Amino acid sequence: MTTRNLALKNSYRDSVELMRLSQELEQMSGVQGATIIMGTDNNKAMLETAGLLTEDGKAAEANDLIIAVRLSPADDEAAIMNRVQESLDSSGRESETNASSNQPRTIDGALAALPDSNLALISVPGQYAAYEATKALDRGLHVLVFSDNVSIEDEVELKNHALNQGLFMLGPDCGTAIINGVPLGFANAVPRGRVGIVAASGTGLQQVSCLLAAQGHGISQALGVGSRDLSDQVGGAMMLEGIRVLNDDPNTDVIVLISKPPGPMAQQQIAFALRVVSKPSVVCFLGMDAQAPNIPNVYFEMTLHEAANRVAGLLGDPTHDTSPVLPSPEMTLLQEISDGLGRDQRYIRGLYSGGTLAYESMLFLRDLNFDISSNLDFPLVNSIDDDAERTHKLIDMGDDRFTQGVPHPMIDYRQRRERILKEATNPEVGIILLDVILGYGSHADPASELVPAINEARLLASGAGRQLAFIVVICGTSDDPQNIQKQAAELTAAGAVVVPSNLQGVSIAAALSVGDLEMIRGWSQ
Amino acid sequence: MRQNKPLLGEDLKVVNVGLSLFADTLRSSGTPVTDVDWRPPAESDQRLTKTLRSIQKRNASGHLNIIDEANRTAHQRMLDAQPALVDVAPAGEAIAGLEDRTLLHAGPPIEWPDMCGPMQAAILGAIRYEGWTHTDTGAVTALENGEITLQPNHNLGAVGPMTGITSPSMPVFVVENRAFGNRAYCTINEGIGKVMRFGANDDTVIQRLEWLQNGLAPVLREAVQSAGGVELRPIVARALTMGDEMHQRNVAATSLLLRTLAPHIANASSIGNNVSDILKFLADNDQFFLNLAMAIGKATMDPTRDIPNSTVVTAMSRNGTEFGIRVSATGDRWFTAPSLMPQGLYFPGFTADDANPDMGDSTIIETMGLGGFAMGAAPAVVGFVGAGTFQDALAYTREMGEITVGRNPNLALPTLDFQGAPCGIDVRKVVESSITPVINTGIAHREPGVGQVGAGIVRAPMACFTQALEAIDQLLSETANA
Repeated sequence: MTTRNLALKNSYRDSVELMRLSQELEQMSGVQGATIIMGTDNNKAMLETAGLLTEDGKAAEANDLIIAVRLSPADDEAAIMNRVQESLDSSGRESETNASSNQPRTIDGALAALPDSNLALISVPGQYAAYEATKALDRGLHVLVFSDNVSIEDEVELKNHALNQGLFMLGPDCGTAIINGVPLGFANAVPRGRVGIVAASGTGLQQVSCLLAAQGHGISQALGVGSRDLSDQVGGAMMLEGIRVLNDDPNTDVIVLISKPPGPMAQQQIAFALRVVSKPSVVCFLGMDAQAPNIPNVYFEMTLHEAANRVAGLLGDPTHDTSPVLPSPEMTLLQEISDGLGRDQRYIRGLYSGGTLAYESMLFLRDLNFDISSNLDFPLVNSIDDDAERTHKLIDMGDDRFTQGVPHPMIDYRQRRERILKEATNPEVGIILLDVILGYGSHADPASELVPAINEARLLASGAGRQLAFIVVICGTSDDPQNIQKQAAELTAAGAVVVPSNLQGVSIAAALSVGDLEMIRGWSQ
Repeated sequence: MRQNKPLLGEDLKVVNVGLSLFADTLRSSGTPVTDVDWRPPAESDQRLTKTLRSIQKRNASGHLNIIDEANRTAHQRMLDAQPALVDVAPAGEAIAGLEDRTLLHAGPPIEWPDMCGPMQAAILGAIRYEGWTHTDTGAVTALENGEITLQPNHNLGAVGPMTGITSPSMPVFVVENRAFGNRAYCTINEGIGKVMRFGANDDTVIQRLEWLQNGLAPVLREAVQSAGGVELRPIVARALTMGDEMHQRNVAATSLLLRTLAPHIANASSIGNNVSDILKFLADNDQFFLNLAMAIGKATMDPTRDIPNSTVVTAMSRNGTEFGIRVSATGDRWFTAPSLMPQGLYFPGFTADDANPDMGDSTIIETMGLGGFAMGAAPAVVGFVGAGTFQDALAYTREMGEITVGRNPNLALPTLDFQGAPCGIDVRKVVESSITPVINTGIAHREPGVGQVGAGIVRAPMACFTQALEAIDQLLSETANA
C-alpha cells in the first residue's frame, strides 16, 4: 500500500464539496482511501493521524488543496493519480435536472448538458449542414446528416474528415438509419437481428428491412450513407467503412448493400472490399449495368424484393414471428379489377414518395419495354417535362421540384392527393400505383389522406364511365406506430390492392396494363 | 489520430440539431437526446456564414484543429493563472512607460474631443490632482495642444473602472501572475459618492485621492509586503461560494481580503493614528475588491495574448463612446463598435435618460469568466442587475457557456453544482450563436460629476466580434498563402 499526496497551489474548494469529491474518489478502482482537503495546519495534522500525509502534503500551505490517496500496491500509480486529477477538474457538472430547464443553442451547449453524447443528428437547412456537421465531428461525435442540398465537395470533405477521426459520417441526404436498435430519421420498427445493411438509399433500406421483418429476420445495424456516397467523387467512402465495421461486428451474420447504380470506380472499390469480407453479402445495386463480378459468397440481386428473399435464404430459420402482416391479394379480385378497366385505360401512374421504390419500378417496366416518362434521370426514359403522350409515368414526388417549401410526401400527402384526382380525369389512365411508407417520422395516418382521394377519384372516373385500379405498396411492419393492419384494412375497403413489396405492386400494375394476370400468378399464390 | 469511440455497440446518446420531430421520436424510444434550439449562424447573415465556414476549413489542418488547439492553450493559461497582490505603489513608479504628463484612460484609444463628459471631467480632475495646470481652461489648452499624452490603460498593462483614469501619482495595486511572471495594475477603489471614476472632479474628490495616496496606500503597501503578498485565486474562489460574482458584488471578497490584511495593517509602521480611518474605509466599501478583481483579470488574460490562430478574446473594454475587444491572434488591434446602453435599475430620481453609454475597463472581469458570466453564483445581485429571477441568472451563466472554450474548475459555482465559471470567449462561437457576452455593470450619469445612477447589465456589441472574425479569416488566409 502506498500513500500519495498531490498539492494544488492556491486551489480553494468548498469543504462540503471536497467531502463529496473524496467519497467519489474512494469509489475509484485502485483507490483504498482518499481525502481531498485544504492544506491548513489543522487539516494536515488530521491527515498525519490518518496516515495519509506525505512530504508533498506537508509542504502545502493553507491555500493549497491536498489530494491524499492510499493506493493498492499493484496498480499503476501514475495512471490513478491522473484519473484523480481529471475527476477533480471535471467534478463540477450540472445535474441533469438542473440543466434540463435550459435548451442549449449550440452543439457545444448540448455537450455541456450531455457530455457523453456520441451522435449528432443534423437536419438543418442544407446550406448550414456542413458547418454543423464539421463542428460535431470536431467534438468527436458520429454524425448523421439528414439534410440534402449539401455540395458534393463538402460531402467529400466531411467524409474524409470523419474517416481521419474514426467517425461515421452518414449522409448528407441520409433519410434513415437503425443504430444499435435505435431508429434515426425515417425508419421502421423492425426487430433486432443478424442482418447488417449499408444503404445509399433510404426507402430501399426501409423496404428491405420491412420485407425481412415480415419473414422473421431482424436488423443488427442499418446504416444510411447518403444518396451520393457511391458516386465516383465520394467513392463509396462510408459504404466501405460500413462494410468494414459490419464485417467485424459479431452481431452481424449477413451484410446487405443497397444503392442505385454506383459510379464505375466506386463499384470497383466496393467489389474489392467485398472480396475480403468473411460473411455472406447480398448486393442490390438497382439498375447496375455492368456485369456483376463473380465473387465467392457475394450475391448480386436485381430488386429489393429478391435481395430480401436472398438474405432470408442465407439466414435459414426465422428468429421472429413470421405470420404474414398483410394478406396476399386474391386473384379473383385482381381479375375483377382487370375486367373493369376499359380497353384504352392502359397507362400506369406511379406516384411515389420513396425515390428508390420509383426507381425500382422504372427498371422493372423498362425491362418490359414499357414507354415511360419520369423525373428520374435514366437513359431512354422520357423526362416528364417533355409531356410525352401515351406513356406510363413514374414520378418521385420527393424530388426537390415538388418539395420546395412543403414537407416531404412521406409526411404530407397533399400533392399526391391532387395528382390522383388529376389522373382520374385522364381517359387513358387505368392504374394508379402508390407507396405508403410507414414508420417513425412518417405521416401518422396515411389512409385518412388516401382513402378520401381514392373515393373521389373513383367518382370522377365513374362519371365518365370508367373504373380505376389502385395499387398501394405499404412499406412497414406490424410494430410501426401507424398500425399497418388498420391502414391496410381501410385502403382495402376503399378497393385498393394492398401489397407489402414494391416489386409485387409494380408487377400487378404491369399485368393490369397489358391485361395478362398470368404474369403474376407465379408469386401471388 | 484521436481515438474516438466506435458507434456500434454503444448506447446512443444523441444531439439533435434541426427538426424536433426526430428528437421526439428518439425520446419516445427512451434514447437520451439533447434537442438544440438551433438558429441559422450569424442570424442568417450570408457573408458571415461564409466567413465562419472559411475559418472552419482553415481550422482543419490534417488531424489537428489549429484554432481549437490554440484556444485550448489560451484556456489552459487562464486556468493556470496564479494572481497575487504583491505591492501597492504609485502608478508612475510601478507602471513602466507611464511618463510624466501622461494619463491613462479606460477603453480602446480615443481622442480628447471624442470623449464623453464624465471621462473629460475625470481627466481635468486628474490634471488638477497632479498639479500640471492651475485651471481647467489651462488643462483643456494643454490637452488640445497635445502637451498631455492620453492613452489606454491596456497599453501599459493597467485597467481602470469606469472613466478609468490612472495618473502617475495615483497608487495602484500591483498584481503579479506568478505562473507567468507578468504584472497588472489597477487604481484603488475610491468608495462611493462623488468619485473620479464617474467623472466627479471637485475638491472633495481630489482630497480623497490625496488621502488614498498619502494615508491609505503606504499602509496597504507595508501590509502587503509584510504578508509576503496575498494569493488572490483562493480569495476569488471562496468569494464565489459566498455569493460574489466579482463585478457587481464583491462584499465577500472584500471581507476576505480585509481579514487577511487586518493583522498586517495593524502592525504597519506608517499607520500612525489612522487605524480606525483605514479599517472603516475598507469596511464601508463593499466594492473595494472590484479593482483588485480587475487587476486579476488583466494579469490572467495578458498571457493569452498573441497566440497564433487563437480566436479567444483577451480583453473587452469601453471608453464611454466605444466598446472594444482584443483577440489573441490579432494582438494589440482593437475591434470597436459604439457602446450600448445598459439595461438595469436606477437609483431614486434617475432614469435611463440620465445614463452614459457603457464605460470602463471592468469588462476584463467578464473576459476572464466572472461578472455576468458567473451571474448564477450571485443570487443577491440578480434583482439589482435587472436580470429578473435567479433562474434567469443561471440561464445567463449557461448561455455564456455556449460561447466559451471551457470552464474554469478553479472558479467553481456552487449554484451550478460546482461547475466552473465559463471562460475563454471564442469569437467564432459568439458570431455563430449570435450570443454576445453579458456584462454586469454600474451605470454612470452622462453628466460629469453626478456619479453612479444605477446598475444593470449590458451586452457587448456584436459588431466587435464580426469585425474580429473577418480579420482572423484574413489573417489565416494570409498565413495559408504565405
